[in-house]
Amino acid sequence: MSEPTIFDLSSEGRIGVRFPKSDVSEYPLPEAFLRQSLPLPELSEIDVVRHFTRLSQKNYAIDLGFYPLGSCTMKYNPKINETVARLPGFAFTHPAQSILTVQGNLYLMYTLQEWLKEISGFAAVTLEPAAGAQGELVGALIIKAYHKDRSDLKRKKILIPDSAHGTNPATSAMVGFEVVPLPSDQRGNVDLAVLKTLCNNELAGLMLTNPNTLGLFDQNVLEVINLVHEAGGLVYGDGANLNALLGITRPGDLGFDIMHFNLHKTFSTPHGGGGPGSGPVAVTQRLIDYLPDPIVGIIEEGDEENPPLFGFITPAKSIGRIKSFQGHFGVLIRAFTYIYMHGAEGLRDIAEKAVLNANYLLSKLKDKYTLAYDRQCMHEFVLEGVWKDLPDIHALDIAKRLMDYGYHPPTNYFPLIVHEALMIEPTETESIQELDGFAEAMLKIAEEARTNPELLHDAPHNTPVRRCDELKAARDLVLCCSPFKDNE
Amino acid sequence: MYTPHTASEVEAMLKAIGIEKLEDLFQEIPEKFRFPKLNLPPKSTEMETLDYLQEIASANATTQEMVSFLGAGAYDHYIPAVVDMILRRGEFYTAYTPYQPEISQGTLQAIFEYQSLICELTGMDVANASHYDGATACAEAVILAYHNFRGKRKKVILSQSVNPQYRQVIHTYMQGMDDLKILDEPTTNDLLELPSDLLEHLDTDTALVLVQYPDFFGRIFDLKSLIETAHGLGTLVAIAINPTALGILTPPGELGADIVVGEGQPLGLPLSYGGPYLGIFATKNELVRKIAGRLVGETLDVNGQLAYVLTLTAREQHIRREKATSNICSNQGLMALASTVYLSALGKNGLREVSNLCYQKAHYAAEQLDKLDGFEVLWKDTPFFHEFILQCPKPVSMINSHLEEHAILGGFDLSKEYPELKNCMLIAVTEKISKDDIDYLCEILQEVENE
Repeated sequence: MSEPTIFDLSSEGRIGVRFPKSDVSEYPLPEAFLRQSLPLPELSEIDVVRHFTRLSQKNYAIDLGFYPLGSCTMKYNPKINETVARLPGFAFTHPAQSILTVQGNLYLMYTLQEWLKEISGFAAVTLEPAAGAQGELVGALIIKAYHKDRSDLKRKKILIPDSAHGTNPATSAMVGFEVVPLPSDQRGNVDLAVLKTLCNNELAGLMLTNPNTLGLFDQNVLEVINLVHEAGGLVYGDGANLNALLGITRPGDLGFDIMHFNLHKTFSTPHGGGGPGSGPVAVTQRLIDYLPDPIVGIIEEGDEENPPLFGFITPAKSIGRIKSFQGHFGVLIRAFTYIYMHGAEGLRDIAEKAVLNANYLLSKLKDKYTLAYDRQCMHEFVLEGVWKDLPDIHALDIAKRLMDYGYHPPTNYFPLIVHEALMIEPTETESIQELDGFAEAMLKIAEEARTNPELLHDAPHNTPVRRCDELKAARDLVLCCSPFKDNE
Repeated sequence: MYTPHTASEVEAMLKAIGIEKLEDLFQEIPEKFRFPKLNLPPKSTEMETLDYLQEIASANATTQEMVSFLGAGAYDHYIPAVVDMILRRGEFYTAYTPYQPEISQGTLQAIFEYQSLICELTGMDVANASHYDGATACAEAVILAYHNFRGKRKKVILSQSVNPQYRQVIHTYMQGMDDLKILDEPTTNDLLELPSDLLEHLDTDTALVLVQYPDFFGRIFDLKSLIETAHGLGTLVAIAINPTALGILTPPGELGADIVVGEGQPLGLPLSYGGPYLGIFATKNELVRKIAGRLVGETLDVNGQLAYVLTLTAREQHIRREKATSNICSNQGLMALASTVYLSALGKNGLREVSNLCYQKAHYAAEQLDKLDGFEVLWKDTPFFHEFILQCPKPVSMINSHLEEHAILGGFDLSKEYPELKNCMLIAVTEKISKDDIDYLCEILQEVENE
């Protein structure tokens, strides 16, 4: 059943929240600048609560069930994180307070920088970027600034594997780089032969996701990085899939020059229905001076009696400020808490169980579904959602049918290099029982595809709405409601 | 910690995979770099962790314990309890981006309502599902304008009374557009220029002019002639707004703005030391296909039932890759939901009340502070909303240290961003400030002067 909009629910004169009367004398409003009407809804608190509660019930979420969305790392979001992020000592601090009044915040940020350095093997970290895509922007700007600083102005080309996330090429284009696609070989690694032909003095860098979006660890990663370095380029690591590497290996040790973290993936901060994310960026020693403004540092060393004084530092050749204030602090608190609770041992356990779960699920599905690259996988794997003898069944049908079984579908039609891709990332927080249940549904669907294909074509059947007309949405654009249309 | 596997389950799983031990899963990692020893604190229980975080948080002074006159882009407003109650529903905060509309109608309808509320508040035709914050929304406005003229107009004008951080972010974002000139310097000898001072710099090479309303110093100016002149030259006008002020002020859509951007934090988001906040972005209909970021639209499902979906996705990075309008891949989904609940709960009357209370109390504060010996409110004859400049007899850092000793967070030190505004602080007053708080500030400030 459709839920009316908040505008539909409005009733003239109804008041949800009252404020104290003004305790100062009255000052005249600036007549010339006043608005004539304010067409916002008028509701009571109960209207608001019921409306949004009912809306929430139309959502699928991690708290409701398994969410094997490849490349998104939809792991469980611990509840303690929500409690600590709302502690008044954090939530009621203004971003422009003097540093002496926010030493707690700055200690937390400094420590998180240190931990992320340790986990990733880099020399410095900025917590400023608002999301992974903004972290990429920071990385691309650093690559640009680095070459410019060396008067090496010919370097305009960025290599991007064909399995990469769309943000990689989009970011490179924003910064003015020419995007050169890099093919994958038959094993799903970067094609070394092609890479060699592209390594020249026009090469600015390579953006590499490892493990890549096929869920595969590049078997030649050291050689790939070495080739780019020898040609004078920098290697950017897209940290989207870092969950598979926690305590397993450190990208900085492998030779990456820059990497972003997705705190909302690897470190369990909630996805929030589309954001906020947080995308800290780590760099090696030679790139520290280019980091965005500001980073948190110790500005006065402590001694036996006094703790050090934390404050902000502007790197010497900084690419500049990339957002207001100092990062998504509320998200940083959650990631800090998560790392603190896990310690080194717990982090390694995360990666081990994430990779164990993916390979276990893979073992259950690979007889009935075609595996794009038949190798042991890392934290995720990609199936082809299609069978040669069933041309009318597509990955989309399988994805939609999974909803009838109470599961969120895998990522579909990505990566682009796999035909009808279904990209499955179970994460470490799922039990064997949950994985078995999902595998059973997938196998049942494979059977239904043959015995009763209409079940797939018409799916989903039991969701709040069924398949939606996306063409109509784009053709007859309606992007906001016309409020109070009955009154006009 | 949050992994549910028992030892016997792990055994069974390894067997199913056909390997002996967990280490066998990582044979492809170069051996030399495999299993590093990480120097991190030992693992900790939830109980211990909460103690530790409480200890860290207690090292801060907060706007709850102190009376705060800080604003400059982030404001301490009252947030009704209902906002966080809704945000804490796991169905909202543990959901992903609503790419699967059949099981995401909650998020999708909430964003659709958010877009609708922003349109009503700003008087614009379309709003997107949000950007990271006010500053990055400004940068996206510049990118939109640049592409709108296919790079043929090579100039962008930024008013000096636009939040300095917004302008800094624009410069950072535009480093890839080598041929774009950003005019971001005082246009008159008086730093606190009027909108009319920008007129002479407008020409047919100007893609965009960005102004703030109320401006960074809280002032409200008539923007009509600037907008008319800009439009006469084909230039787009972007206005950065404070959404609280639009509870009483003429919406920028009515003034003729082409793009409206702004920091949405005042709409029900905690200060939280600067984030996550909410980047408001709205335009006229003509620009809809050039907007970056997510848009939710109405449609029907196969049964003819009303449904919401992400739409015009062909502009976005996951489809267009290097030809996308932006690299943005998220929106501030949960923050947009917070502001939707906030605006729904306050409604027409509540937002007006908050807006009016801010205005009234700020004006009382300005009047009282201006009376203090050695202090002067600048631009006091120009209409202002809830912020104003207070010129002090001593450096602001010195005054603020003294205020902190008396549990007051003084105004934002303007000399950091505007060296010409020596000894000047930007005072912000919200509905949470009482008359007594303001009188107390006056009392302590007079002490400083008399010391």
